Amino acid sequence: MTSYPKTWTRPPQIFKHRGWRIGLQIAVLVWFVLAIGSIDANWERIIAGAERGLRFVQGFLQPDFTSRWSDIRSGLIESLTMTFTSTIVGIAISIPIGIGAARNLAPRPVYYVCRSIIAVSRALQEVIVAIFFVAMFGFGPFAGFLTLTFATIGFIAKLLAEDIEDIDESQAEAIRATGASWLQLINYAVQPQVMPRLIGLSLYRFDINFRESAVIGIVGAGGIGATLNTAIDRYEYDSAGAILLIIIGIVLVAEYGSSYLRKFLQ
Amino acid sequence: MTGGFSKEWQYRTPKTKLLIWAFWLCMVAGFVYCWQVMTAGTIWYFVEDAPRQAADIGGRMWPPRLSYVPELMIPLWDTLNMATLGTILGVILAVPVAFLAARNTTPSATFLRPIALFIIVASRSINSLIWALLLVAILGPGLLAGIIAIGLRSIGFVGKLLYEAIEETDITQIEAIRATGASPAQVLSYGIVPQIMPAFWGITVFRWDINIRESAILGLVGAGGLGLKLQASLNVLAWPQVTTILILILITVVISEWVSAKVRTALI
Repeated sequence: MTSYPKTWTRPPQIFKHRGWRIGLQIAVLVWFVLAIGSIDANWERIIAGAERGLRFVQGFLQPDFTSRWSDIRSGLIESLTMTFTSTIVGIAISIPIGIGAARNLAPRPVYYVCRSIIAVSRALQEVIVAIFFVAMFGFGPFAGFLTLTFATIGFIAKLLAEDIEDIDESQAEAIRATGASWLQLINYAVQPQVMPRLIGLSLYRFDINFRESAVIGIVGAGGIGATLNTAIDRYEYDSAGAILLIIIGIVLVAEYGSSYLRKFLQ
Repeated sequence: MTGGFSKEWQYRTPKTKLLIWAFWLCMVAGFVYCWQVMTAGTIWYFVEDAPRQAADIGGRMWPPRLSYVPELMIPLWDTLNMATLGTILGVILAVPVAFLAARNTTPSATFLRPIALFIIVASRSINSLIWALLLVAILGPGLLAGIIAIGLRSIGFVGKLLYEAIEETDITQIEAIRATGASPAQVLSYGIVPQIMPAFWGITVFRWDINIRESAILGLVGAGGLGLKLQASLNVLAWPQVTTILILILITVVISEWVSAKVRTALI
């Protein structure tokens, strides 16, 4: 009679060989020590900044909405108008690109062109795109509008194309059997199937665009980000706290509003 | 049988048609209004000039200055460390927040849960670049500010997805553990943790991938890494160096995306 072990240990999941596991653990440890060593924190500066940090926390707890209200208001208006227009223009451009990037609707050459537009738009970060558009179009919300439109195209077109590829083919087949043209096929077979999701995606993208509009202002593309940057540069942490709270509030409203609308529409 | 029915079938009732028409009218009017407010301060001369500017910058950017690459290796190492250490910090902070925010594990649904949810929303709505802007003012320029910025931004993302995973755990397994007479801590470690482990690793690697992208530009506000070099090159209008940095960022992002996709398929 063989004796079975009394305790059970889980067999290793990723690396079967013991040497590999120990080697990996040592490598992670060495990396961790090196990485912590390369942080090179300046403690005197941090202690000197502690007072500022405290003031920032106080500014967050007692935000000052009034003294810079006109700046905050114009920044907010810029951000919101930028978000609204760029979302609409971005969606209008990304619908044809999304249809072109759907494997089941577009001919091969069109498919590759549209897919590469999407790849370029997704690979470049908003802030980097914003730097270039500011250099080309000058400071202000117009550069921000172009940046957000560009970013929206990659996002909506990719998800729309994937959604079109996932449609129920039997409905498209039924429409095709009636002798419908390509445009009628899009209008009667594809559009009803992808519409609810497209509306949901658009609302979601509106939310993302507002958040991004707060960031690209830092590099000169207008909006609430520029106001925030100025407030921090002037060490007015109570105004900065007020701006951050407004951003959080609007994002909250947009998020709950869009999830409510999506539920209502579906 | 002659009711008020019309001979032709129509998909929508006149009322819905009117509503849809009114919706589109509002959208168009809103768009025109917003467009006018937005472009009120735009100098159209610059916009008309843009194609020439673009050609000019494009001409200056090509060819990339490849001899600049060795100088970029240390910033690249810093960027990777910033993303990874920031992810670790964010995950460590996010796990307790997620357990406080999940409806089935929170100790007090009336008091602690709203606080945890607020932490998640606040962290999610503020981009890491803004966190970095604040932290550079407080801690001084350097990697530490970047790491903490990445960590603070990651709390919301990891916390939200993790608490949703905790809420979706299978109740029967938890009840089975509880039926053996396990203490609450044992229920947590044998009933809930094994169920959320795959989701946890997937979320962590996904966030790490996003953090690599974000840490590459955090240097623009002084938080170290490749962005610092980018800012320096932009300030002296050294466009060939800008191209080199952008190509390097692109390669790093593609590799990190590939690694994260591989790890996620291996884990889940």
